[in-house]
Amino acid sequence: MSVAQSLIVNGKLVTADLDPRTLLVEFLRDHLGLTGTHVGCDTSQCGACTVHLNGVAVKSCTVLVAQARGATVLTIEGLAALDGTMHPMQAAFKECHGLQCGFCTPGMVMSALDLVQRHPGASESTIRAELDGNLCRCTGYQNIVIAVQQGAAAMSQ
Amino acid sequence: MYPFELVHPTTVADASAAITKSGGQALAGGQSLIGAMKLRLAQPGTLVDLSGIEELRGITQDGAGITIGALATHAQVGDSDVVKRALPALAALAGGIGDRQVRNMGTLGGAIAHNDPAACYPAAVLALNATIRTNTRTIAGDSFFTGMYETALAEGEIITSVTFPIPKKAGYVKFPNPASRFALVGVFVAQLSDGVRVAVTGAASCVFRSRALEDALSQSFTAEAARATVIGAAGLNGDLHASPQYRAHLIPVIAARAVAASG
Amino acid sequence: MGASLIGQSVRRKEDVRFLTGAGQYTNDIVGTRATHAFFLRSPHAHATIRAVDLSRARSTPGVVAIFTGADLTGVNGLPCGWLITGTDGKPMAEPPHPVLAQGKVRYVGDCVALVIAETLNQAKDASELIDVDYDVLPAVVNCVDTLKPGAPQIHDAAPGNKCFVWAIGDDAAVDAGFARAAHVTKLDIVNNRLIPNAIEPRAAMASFNRSDESYTLYVANQNPHVERLLMTAFVLGLPEHKVRVIAPDVGGGFGSKIFLYPEETAMVWASKQVNRTITWVAERSESFLSDAHGRDHVTHAELALDADGKFLAMRVQTTANVGAYLSTFGSCVPTILYATLLAGQYTTPAIHCEVTASFTNTAPVDAYRGAGRPEATFVVERLVHQAAVEMGIPQDEIRRRNFIRTFPYQTPVALMYDIGGYEPSLDDAMQVADVAGFPARKADAAKRGKLRGLGYSTYIEACGLAPSNVAGALGARAGLFEAGEVRVHPTGSVTVFTGSHSHGQGHETTFAQLVADRLGMSVENVDIVHGDTGRVPFGMGTYGSRSLSVGGTAIVKALDKIVAKGKKIAAHLLEAADTDIEFKDGKFTVAGTDRSKAFGEIALAAYVPHNYPLDKLEPGLDETAFYDPTNFTYPAGAHICEVEIDPDTGVVTIAAFTACDDFGTIINPMIVEGQVHGGLAQGIGQALLEECVYDTESGQLLTGSYMDYAMPRADDLPMFKVSNTVTPCTHNPIGAKGCGEAGAIGAPAAVMNAVMDALAPVGVRHLDMPASPHRVWQAIHAARS
Repeated sequence: MSVAQSLIVNGKLVTADLDPRTLLVEFLRDHLGLTGTHVGCDTSQCGACTVHLNGVAVKSCTVLVAQARGATVLTIEGLAALDGTMHPMQAAFKECHGLQCGFCTPGMVMSALDLVQRHPGASESTIRAELDGNLCRCTGYQNIVIAVQQGAAAMSQ
Repeated sequence: MYPFELVHPTTVADASAAITKSGGQALAGGQSLIGAMKLRLAQPGTLVDLSGIEELRGITQDGAGITIGALATHAQVGDSDVVKRALPALAALAGGIGDRQVRNMGTLGGAIAHNDPAACYPAAVLALNATIRTNTRTIAGDSFFTGMYETALAEGEIITSVTFPIPKKAGYVKFPNPASRFALVGVFVAQLSDGVRVAVTGAASCVFRSRALEDALSQSFTAEAARATVIGAAGLNGDLHASPQYRAHLIPVIAARAVAASG
Repeated sequence: MGASLIGQSVRRKEDVRFLTGAGQYTNDIVGTRATHAFFLRSPHAHATIRAVDLSRARSTPGVVAIFTGADLTGVNGLPCGWLITGTDGKPMAEPPHPVLAQGKVRYVGDCVALVIAETLNQAKDASELIDVDYDVLPAVVNCVDTLKPGAPQIHDAAPGNKCFVWAIGDDAAVDAGFARAAHVTKLDIVNNRLIPNAIEPRAAMASFNRSDESYTLYVANQNPHVERLLMTAFVLGLPEHKVRVIAPDVGGGFGSKIFLYPEETAMVWASKQVNRTITWVAERSESFLSDAHGRDHVTHAELALDADGKFLAMRVQTTANVGAYLSTFGSCVPTILYATLLAGQYTTPAIHCEVTASFTNTAPVDAYRGAGRPEATFVVERLVHQAAVEMGIPQDEIRRRNFIRTFPYQTPVALMYDIGGYEPSLDDAMQVADVAGFPARKADAAKRGKLRGLGYSTYIEACGLAPSNVAGALGARAGLFEAGEVRVHPTGSVTVFTGSHSHGQGHETTFAQLVADRLGMSVENVDIVHGDTGRVPFGMGTYGSRSLSVGGTAIVKALDKIVAKGKKIAAHLLEAADTDIEFKDGKFTVAGTDRSKAFGEIALAAYVPHNYPLDKLEPGLDETAFYDPTNFTYPAGAHICEVEIDPDTGVVTIAAFTACDDFGTIINPMIVEGQVHGGLAQGIGQALLEECVYDTESGQLLTGSYMDYAMPRADDLPMFKVSNTVTPCTHNPIGAKGCGEAGAIGAPAAVMNAVMDALAPVGVRHLDMPASPHRVWQAIHAARS
């Protein structure tokens, strides 16, 4: 059985006939080819799959596409400007070496944007606490925290 | 996941009828249910998506207390000015569930209907003896949680809202499991007009009231009184992360911190 | 050209693709008409398989094929890459490691069947209908228990579950040292078992091309050439040149993606049987069960000291868990990579270590960040800490009294340290950590009811694996050199093909800096290609902090050939003698003149050889070099950790962590610092959070998800204070020693020594890792009551 679903992903209306079981992350990766959103666990903890659903961060591995019908979804692929210029948060991650293997990075950036929306001048401890839904095994988080601070500062300018 | 049928009712009555007819399961935020389905640990034939039911939303305050719609997300409750002003302990509790992404999807109704033994919300519902309103009746917080993952809800019964009375003082502190960050021990203390109530989550198979702490805090609503209370280990959970003795030790320690946090 | 690129924190070339979602990890690559694999795994830790009935499963919708061990005729078991010879002179027990179970399963997660279907859900549906008749046997998971009489026998070929007993060092000299000791410190130490947890799960995509009988395997792997060699030559019997292995973007490895695993091996084999592309990505719960785990040692260690606190001798007995089967390097990690490091930074004249390796009903154990060296450092630094406490010597002082100060230094456990400078690192770390201010901080903590402690770890590691002849003499079944090819294009830009593999380390930037600096061009004109047996000449891959010191040196050697050839071309064009040409800042110049040719002009001349010495020089500018190191490298440093413990809850908080490391010459300080941060997080994770636990009765994995296996999160860690001292490595042209593992090697002992320092007033002498709130509270509770 498949059901028609339509939603707006990175500014584009997309419609597809989908098995109700389809998770948002599966739709993004397998149907739309937006493979920047990753899957790193099966218990909704690593946060590699984080995207924005109607403007807030969610774990797309634990959301059915059906729950996002009619919604607006933003993924890592939707952040850069049309000319390819990276979003200030992406640029800050590069500048501060806030990534190594890059696998957790898209989810980390999407979470960072969510937290900066709510805490524009977040302190180190707030950033660390707010990133508790995102695991990184490479960086020890230090440069991620610095990148989020720098990205937030750049966004407020 | 196993296959299922998905329906999207727009009224509580339709949702209840759909669940009763199909023997299916309500889907709120899905933060526990979808995880269990992915691991093939849950196999509902029909999922009844509640997200289109507007009457399940909203946070309001009146003389009875704060009434929160069942579909209010943990993030909405945690960020709510109404809740932060009138019942800051509840806002703090909601703001500490899971992580931000989970809080943006997970709902009050879903959390208490699921009644995970390590969940935070049941502690607030029980400590405040909140009133759970369903499509058919109201249920007192005291009689809602009946066992591990079990509640007083009948099949097809859907939580519509929960009303939390405003206590004189209340505080909640979670001591997190180092891995899952669920409550290893969570204690909600409340000083209400008719006495002190203390609920403990994470420590046993189901949230429970601690009479010993309630007695101590009724005498003196202080951190010292909580800390001096002795809790027995019998009946408490023992697992990889904490023995029953450690949980028994933590309960008054965390209760004392909850009292301190109650302002 | 301007200043040297060496030592510059050049921002990473690879970052844009990762930050924009354009990275291509194995599971991001789309295969044509791809099928999905699901592995049916053993739910039992130990069982014989009486029968497998596939009839119902085979008839479910979407199933393409199902294979069990019985189908894999002509397929060998997975090999172990290192032969350890025991003290009895006999080779280690090396029982078969079947790709799919052959009549018996030996750990929870052992692969029983490969189900291939059109969709993953269909593969899972079918797997649930496979009827396996198990005869469940008693299981044993502890490395010591498994050696006891009456323990369940796991392999026919390993009586008593013993893999080997191996030893190093002069036993008699150690006995003599202990005989004249003024003081002996003894400790029993458990090095906790860990699960690597790269955030990208293992993944593979295998396909077969009928037209030329070739295979292509995409796999999340750290060393694709080794993967191919082991798979083709040892297991599947395929022609090596007919298999291309590609490790594209790889989301972290930490050792766990070095090894040849059953899954991708079965998939390559099956891709020909079904003539379809097969994809697989581990779910995290599968990763927990089946990725090779790390550590898992039980050790008794003794240190003999004279009255002045000088170390006289060390005696170590270790039992190491190798799991149910020997993984690719499972035998060398607890031996060669462990016991040879027991000298640490000290002049201990006599050391003896005996290692007993045992089989258990657990996942295979192999290299995990540090691989043997964290275990060695933990033994040495815990002993040193405890000895200082017992003898009333300050922690820095006991180390200073025993530091090696003259180099080269031959240790009593085989290694020859070429260079180092241990006291400057310690001095620097103590200053940065403000050790002088610690008593005041401790007093302040006490006022708040908290216990504060300071812990040291002055560690050493052997990296830059490895001189092949030495490794071969010690049992290695492969070489440990590295290859690099520098291809200069006619327009002067450069592509470098390296056998090293980057899965987070930033080789695409560091190596480009190295090349651009030598050739006098910008890093944008240099691309680094890695991870593809179809493009890179050969490679041993990335592990053991070897990429820059070995892989980078191979590139330098190839660059030397490029420059040498360029000089000949320039000499021709400039009508000078070869020996008169100098190459500097991207220009070939006739010495003492202003006559020169730019590098780009030489490149063009090499490919458009109209005016060219064709009679004595081939056209083209493309050189390959293989580099085999002459010694290991010896990164070392001083780590100081300050903790605060809440005695009410047992929670340990890292108040500060300082690391002063000597990695030799540093190319990109930003990247090096990032490597240290990550290593420290893993080391602190081992010390405070992480522990793999199996049920001792059932053999079930109890920490099988992030619900129960505690991973370090952002709010578990402090801002690290990181600095460097530099003694360049003496035997490679870069001077680099390696930096990838240092944090994970030094940190656990620093943290635990700090915890023990904090708990000393309470009367706690030793605690095993992780120092979880529960364990710390229990220790305090037991000491007080």
